Amino acid sequence: MARLRGADDSGPEYAAYLSGVVIAFPGRRPLGPLDLIVHPGEILALVGASGAGKSTMLRLLAGLEQTPASGAVARTPGATTSFVFQAPTLMSWASVLANVALPLELAGIPRAEARTRAAAALDAVGLGDRLSARPRQLSGGMAMRVSLARALVTEPDLLLLDEPFAALDSVTRRRLIEDLHRLWAQRSPRPAIVFVTHDVEEAVYLAHRAVVLDAATGDVVEELASPGALPRPEGWRADPGYRTAVEKLAAALARSMALLPAESGSSA
Amino acid sequence: MSRLLPSLLLVAVLLVGWEIACRALNVPVYLLPPPSAVGLALVQRAPLLLSSALATFWMAFQALFAAFVLGGGLALAVSLDQTTERAVRPLAVALQVTPVVAIAPLVLIWAGLDHADRAVVALAAAVAFFPLFSGVLTGLKSADPDLERLFDLYGASPIQRLIRLRLPTALPFILEGLRVAAGLSIIGAVVAEFVSGSGATQGLAWRLLEAGNRLRTADMLAALACLMFMGLGLHAAVGALEGAVRRRLA
Repeated sequence: MARLRGADDSGPEYAAYLSGVVIAFPGRRPLGPLDLIVHPGEILALVGASGAGKSTMLRLLAGLEQTPASGAVARTPGATTSFVFQAPTLMSWASVLANVALPLELAGIPRAEARTRAAAALDAVGLGDRLSARPRQLSGGMAMRVSLARALVTEPDLLLLDEPFAALDSVTRRRLIEDLHRLWAQRSPRPAIVFVTHDVEEAVYLAHRAVVLDAATGDVVEELASPGALPRPEGWRADPGYRTAVEKLAAALARSMALLPAESGSSA
Repeated sequence: MSRLLPSLLLVAVLLVGWEIACRALNVPVYLLPPPSAVGLALVQRAPLLLSSALATFWMAFQALFAAFVLGGGLALAVSLDQTTERAVRPLAVALQVTPVVAIAPLVLIWAGLDHADRAVVALAAAVAFFPLFSGVLTGLKSADPDLERLFDLYGASPIQRLIRLRLPTALPFILEGLRVAAGLSIIGAVVAEFVSGSGATQGLAWRLLEAGNRLRTADMLAALACLMFMGLGLHAAVGALEGAVRRRLA
């Protein structure tokens, strides 16, 4: 496990962390205190009930949330961060290529170079032949690939995904998970990936470890390491070790929700 | 063309019915002239009506342009700062709910009685201002919040955000505002011309007043028809522009 977590590399021992973060919501119970560490090069799943603050935690890691009431958020100094939302979140008026080139162009990279790199990123997700297409001409799975390419084009050290596959059919979802593993394994050093899901099978399959968030406070209550190495070998979903890990994670998720009164937790 | 056919047929039926009713019931011509008389008036007075229509159109167009520059510019400035918006919006609403007829005499005094056309432009611009201000502002603020976050994440400058995210998002709203404002600018121009009540403007509203004072009802209806055609033409032109932009953006 230590190898997979990238702890063997010389460098900082975290990609990002939250320490004692408390977030105040107007008219609601505050969230926290939250503690979480993301190791360099690891894939981490955030699992929890709706309303447990999974997305909030992800946006905190990205620096997109307002400054917390107390506590600290840190990322490796100089690290680049990318974010993939639940919806593809593409600019409908721009071509696929322009969408993917956006982060580079915003960073001031010359247009020609940005477009070349964007084309390469699209090629890597299997969309090298759809560069001039408009987002509305793409299927849901293809649009999500574009979104993924846009996140990867900056070669991020930290990639954050907020239920990226929730809206996709199971075949497309599995294919995208394999793509994500392949793209993660190609990079050196490997980026840290944090993703939010409420699908325990997805969490076990995709991640090195899954943390379960408390439905009330949003803090980490349980942590489970997935067995085996990444990327997964062919047919690994039939492996008994995988099935056991899924059941353990499902039980942990159920425990995290047991303290909730019935019919609550409707907000995301 | 086939899309327009049903409504063209309906118009034809109504006109024929009108003609027959006028003749059968012997309606006095000063009360309701038959469509044939209106058509004759249109033909006979074509040069005068055309120059009047051009005068009205030109005043409405100047007003629309001024409203676009002022309303759009103000919306752009306001969109960058919440406090400014809270300060400006009530004033814009106040301008919108004040009847243009009521402020017309005041504007006429300010413009000077020799420059009634300037007053007409100013009043029509005041009417067309709000839909443009409101449309541009709503559009600039309706970008996908997740795309806004993405621009945050990648450290976009305010100018980059405006050009690459907010203006493209706003474009359909701006065109919608333009369509509404185009119709309003003609209404505003006609109302202002009515109130000015002098021949100095020589627009279609003046033709209406003039014909009305002489009880030449057919001439009134002819001028009215010109106004209607102008409104339809402008509506269609902006609609076509909107469609073209939508196809380009979608």
